[in-house]
Amino acid sequence: MNLTLSTRWRPGLWPGAIALFLLTAVIAGSLTALGALSDTAFIIATLRDPYFFQVVRFTLWQATLSTLISIILAVPVARAYARRPAFAGRKILITLMGLPVVMPVIVAVFGIVAVYGRSGLLNFLLQPTGISMSFELYGLTGILLAHTFFNLPLAVRLLLPAWDQITNENWRTASTLGMSSTQLFRFIEWPALSTFLPGVIVVVFLLCFTSFAVVLTLGGGPAATTIEVAIYQALRFEFDPAEAAVLALAQLLLCAGTALLLIRWMRVLSQTSGRKSDSRARPDTGARAGKLFDFGVIGLCGLFVFTPVAALVISGLQGPVAAVLLDTDLWQAAARSLGIALMATSLAGIMALGIASTARFLVLERRQKNAKEGLLLAGSLTLAFPPMVIGTGFFLISLHLKAVDTITLLMIAVVNALMVLPYILRSIAPVLIDSGQQYQKLCAQLGLSGWHRFRQVDWPMIRKPAAFSLALGGALSFGDMGVAALFDTTGHITLPVMLYQRMSAYRFDEAAVTALALVLMCVALFWILDRSLSR
Amino acid sequence: MTIVRLLAAMSTGLLIAFGLPANAEKPSLTVYTYASFVSDWGPGPLIEPAFEAHCRCDLKFVGVEDGAALLGRLKLEGTRSSADVILGLDTSLVAEARQTGLLEAHGLDLDAIDFALTWSDPDFIPYDFGYFGFVYDSEQLATVPKSLRTLVNDPQGPRIIIQDPRTSTPGLGLLLWVRKIFGEEDTAAWRALSPKIVTVTKGWSEAYGLFLEGEAPMVLSYTTSPAYHRHVENTDRYQVAMFEEGHYQQVEVAARLAHSAQPELAGEFLRFLLSDEVQTILPTSNWMLPTVRTQQALPPAFHEDEIPNTALAFEPTEVSAKRKHWIKRWLTALAQ
Amino acid sequence: MNFLKIDGVRFRQGEWQLEVDLEAKRGGCIALIGPSGAGKSTLLSLIAGFEQPNQGTIFVGEERIDTQAPARRPVTMMFQENNLFNHLTLYQNIALGCHPGLKLTEEDRELIETAMAATRLGALQSRKPADVSGGERQRAALARCLCQRRPLLLLDEPFTGLDPQLRVEMHELVDELRKTHALTVIIVSHLPHEVARIADSLAFMLGGKILKAGPADAMLSHPENPELAQYLRFTSAG
Repeated sequence: MNLTLSTRWRPGLWPGAIALFLLTAVIAGSLTALGALSDTAFIIATLRDPYFFQVVRFTLWQATLSTLISIILAVPVARAYARRPAFAGRKILITLMGLPVVMPVIVAVFGIVAVYGRSGLLNFLLQPTGISMSFELYGLTGILLAHTFFNLPLAVRLLLPAWDQITNENWRTASTLGMSSTQLFRFIEWPALSTFLPGVIVVVFLLCFTSFAVVLTLGGGPAATTIEVAIYQALRFEFDPAEAAVLALAQLLLCAGTALLLIRWMRVLSQTSGRKSDSRARPDTGARAGKLFDFGVIGLCGLFVFTPVAALVISGLQGPVAAVLLDTDLWQAAARSLGIALMATSLAGIMALGIASTARFLVLERRQKNAKEGLLLAGSLTLAFPPMVIGTGFFLISLHLKAVDTITLLMIAVVNALMVLPYILRSIAPVLIDSGQQYQKLCAQLGLSGWHRFRQVDWPMIRKPAAFSLALGGALSFGDMGVAALFDTTGHITLPVMLYQRMSAYRFDEAAVTALALVLMCVALFWILDRSLSR
Repeated sequence: MTIVRLLAAMSTGLLIAFGLPANAEKPSLTVYTYASFVSDWGPGPLIEPAFEAHCRCDLKFVGVEDGAALLGRLKLEGTRSSADVILGLDTSLVAEARQTGLLEAHGLDLDAIDFALTWSDPDFIPYDFGYFGFVYDSEQLATVPKSLRTLVNDPQGPRIIIQDPRTSTPGLGLLLWVRKIFGEEDTAAWRALSPKIVTVTKGWSEAYGLFLEGEAPMVLSYTTSPAYHRHVENTDRYQVAMFEEGHYQQVEVAARLAHSAQPELAGEFLRFLLSDEVQTILPTSNWMLPTVRTQQALPPAFHEDEIPNTALAFEPTEVSAKRKHWIKRWLTALAQ
Repeated sequence: MNFLKIDGVRFRQGEWQLEVDLEAKRGGCIALIGPSGAGKSTLLSLIAGFEQPNQGTIFVGEERIDTQAPARRPVTMMFQENNLFNHLTLYQNIALGCHPGLKLTEEDRELIETAMAATRLGALQSRKPADVSGGERQRAALARCLCQRRPLLLLDEPFTGLDPQLRVEMHELVDELRKTHALTVIIVSHLPHEVARIADSLAFMLGGKILKAGPADAMLSHPENPELAQYLRFTSAG
C-alpha cells in the first residue's frame, strides 16, 4: 500500500466519469441511431406535414390544460392541509396521496376506466337517479382526468412545504393586523407559494408532456395523439423508423427546453428550509365556513384519488382471480418485470453513487463547485431525454444488430435505469456531500477511506434516502410500460404490457385481476426494497 | 454492503429475466394471424386439431392484434421472425407484403381449385372473403343510414366505433371505401364523420367488443356479422346497414415465409386452408364467405340480401403506392 | 533533541501566507494563541496533513511526515466539533481509532476499555453522541485519540463550547493523559490564561507568523511584544 498522497484518501474522478460515460454513451448512441435515419429532406418534409403539427399542438395543449387543472386544484387542497395541521388521519392521507406516484400508470388508467367508464362505478351509482354521464372518457377528457389523478396529489405534496416557510412571527403580525383569510393568502401565503409554483408547474408539465401510457390507452384516436404515442405508432403500426426518428428528435428538443427550466427551478425546490412553522398560530383557523371548506376540499380530493384505487381493488377481487393467477404467463411476465426492475434499480443506484461521490470529491477536494453542479446536472440529463426517445434509438440499434430478442430486457432495464437515475441522484447526492463536509477531516485523520468509509460513514447517512429512492425506482420501473411496449412483439412481454394488451382487447375481467396483481406486486417490491436496504 | 446488495440484485435480475424458459423449440408450424382468428369462438381452435391430426405436427397460432399490424410486425421482425405462415392480410396489403421479399411462392396449382372468385396470385392464397359494413344494434338505432354518404354527412347520424387503418384491415378497408366514394373529398368526408366517432380501436375484436357492450350503436364490421348473431344467439337484434354505393370487398389471404424451416409443412397448411374441411368451418367460425365452392351450401343464417350487389375494390398495386399518403390524409383530417 | 520540528514551512492561500518554524520537546505542551485568522488552525492542519505546505519540512522524531497521508502520520487531532459520527455509539466511535473497519482484536478491546476508563466514560459505551453531554462527547473523542496510539496530540479549540468549569476539568484530563501516555500536545486556544495552566510554553501567532514564543508564565506576565500585550489585554477577562 504505497500510494501517493494525492490518491490515498480521495474517492477520485473515476466513479463519476464511468457513470457519466455510460450515460452519454447510451444517449449519444441512441441519438446517432435516430440521426442516421433522418436526412434533412425528410426532416423538412415531416416538419411541413400538417399531421406532425397537429400532434405537437395537441401534445402542448393537453399538457398545458392538465398542468393548469392540476395546479389550480392543488393550491386550495394544499392550503387546506396547511391550515389544518393536526386533524386525525392527516398524516395517513398525505402519505396515501403519494400512491399515484408509485402506482403503475397503466393500473391507474384501469382504475379510472372502472370509475368513469360507461359501465363504470359512477354510472352504476347514478343509475337509480336516472342521470347518466354524458361525457366521452376516450379522448381529451380521459387524458385530462388521468393526468389530474396523477398530478393533483403530486402537486399538493410538492406545494405543502411552501407553508413551512412562513414564520410564526408572520402569522402573529397578521393577526395583530386583523387580516382576513383572503388577505392572509394574498400577503403571506401567496409570496411563499410563488417561489414554489414555477418548479412544480414545470415538473407537472414535463410529466404530462411526455405521458405515454395514459394517452395510448385513453386517447381514442388520431385526434388525441401526443408525440410519444406518435413515435410508438410510427414504429409499431407502420414500421417507419425514419418518421419515428424525426418525432423523437422533435420530442427531444421540446423536452430539453422544458427541462432546462426545470433544472433551474429544481434548485428552488431543493432549497426548502427545515424551519417548521406552526400553522396553529395563524388567525383564520377558527371560522366555521373555513373549516367546512377545508375539510370539503380535502374530502373531495381524497375521494377523487381513492375511488379509482378502490374500484380497482373491488373489480380485481370480483374477476376470475384463480384463472388469472394460475396462468404461468402472468408469472413469467411478472418475473421479467422483476428482473428488469432489479437490474434497472441496481444500475441506477450504482451510477448515482458513482456520480454523487465524484461530485463530492470535486466540491470538497478540488473546491470546484461549478464542476460539481455540472456533474449533478449531467446525471439528471435523462429528464430532458424522454425514455421513448432513448428507447427508439435502442430499438433502431437492435434492429441493426439483428438482436432484438436477446438484449431486449437488458435494454429496457438500461432505459428504466436512466429514467429513475435523476430521482435517486437527487436524493442521495446532497446527503453524501453534507456527510463529506461534516466528516472530511475526521475520516482523513482516522484513515477511513474507500470501502471502510462508505460502510462506516457514508452508507449509514444516506441509507434512508437511498433505500427510499431505490425502492421507489424499483417500483416505478416494475410498473412502467413506456419502452417495454415498443418491444412487446418479441414475446418477452412484461406485466404492465400484459395488462395493456388485456385492456386494449377490452378483456376487462382478466385485466382487473392483472391490474390488482400488478399493483400489489409493485407495493410489495417497494416495501421489500425499502426494508431490506434501510437496514 | 449496498454495492454488494445492488450487484446481487442486478445479477438476480439478470438471472430471473434470462433464466426464463425460452419458447421450446420443438418442430412446429407457427402461424401469425389476427386476434379474432384465434379467439375461443374463432376458427383457430377448430383448425388446429384438424390440421394437427392431418400432419402430425404442432400447429401454433400467434394472435397479433389485427391484420394490418401483421404486416408491420412482419417488416419489423424480418428474417428473424419465428413465423412460417402469415394468415390474415387482405388484398389491400398483398402488394406491400410482397415488396418485403420475405414471402415464398405457394407453389399450388390454382387451376385445380374451384374458386368462387378469380384468383391468380403466385404468393398468396385466398381463404375467405367478405364485405365491410356497418353493423348496428336495432334496439338502439331507429333511423338507419341508407348510404355511406348519408352516414358521413348527416350530423344527427349514429355514433360509431371504427378501427385504425394502420393496424386493422377493416380500418384500412373503410379508408379505401371512403376514398372510393369521395375521391379527393375524402378529407372533408372524414371531418364530417369525425364528431360521430366514439373511438378508434387498434383491431376489429376491440371495436366489436365495445359495440356489444353498448358503447356505441354502430360499428365497422362485415356484412356477414349479423349471421353470427342469428346462427349462434338466435337473434335478429344486430343488423347490417346495406349501402346504395356498394360495399368494399375484402379477400383475406395467407402466404408462407421464405425463411421458414418447414416450407413443405407451410405449403401443406396453405393447401389445407382451401380444403373443403376448412372452407366449411370458416363461415360459421370466422363469419366470412368461403373462397372455394364447396359441396355444402351456406348455413341459412347467411342472408342473400346481406351480400352486396356492388363490390368495391382498388387494385392492390394502387393501394400499395398510395396507402401511406392516404393514411396521412386520414390522420390529418381526424387530428383536427 | 526536539520531538517535533517544523522547519521553514510556508503555506499560501490566495493573498494570505503562513510562515512558521516551531519545535516541541517530547512530552511537552505548546499552546498556540492569537486572534482569529492568525493561522493557528491552519498550522494544525499542516501538521495533521489536511493541508500541504508549499515549502519546508515537518519532522516527528526522525521521521519526515509532511509527505505522508493524514492517517499515517504519528499524529491525532481533535476538532472543535464533528469529532464523533452521530450514527455510531460512543464505543464504536472510540473503536474506530483501532481499526477503520471495526475489526477488533482482544488487544484492541482492552485498549478501548482502558481508554474509556481513563476518560471516565465506562457506563456510556452504547450511547449515541446525541444522547450524552458536550463534555462527554469531547471525552469520547479524547479516548479515541488515545486508542490511535499516536505520540502527538493536536487539539483545535475542542473545549471552546463547554462551560468554564467543564473546560477546566477537560484541561486537567488532557494534562493527566499527557503525563500517563507520554503525549506531546499542541493546543489551539484563544483563552491564554486558562490554557497556560497546562501548557509549558505559549506561541503567539499573528498574520501567519509566530511573533513570540516562550515559557507560558513569562509570556503572560511580561509580554514584551506589543501585539501580544494588546492581545492579552483583550483576552485577560476570559
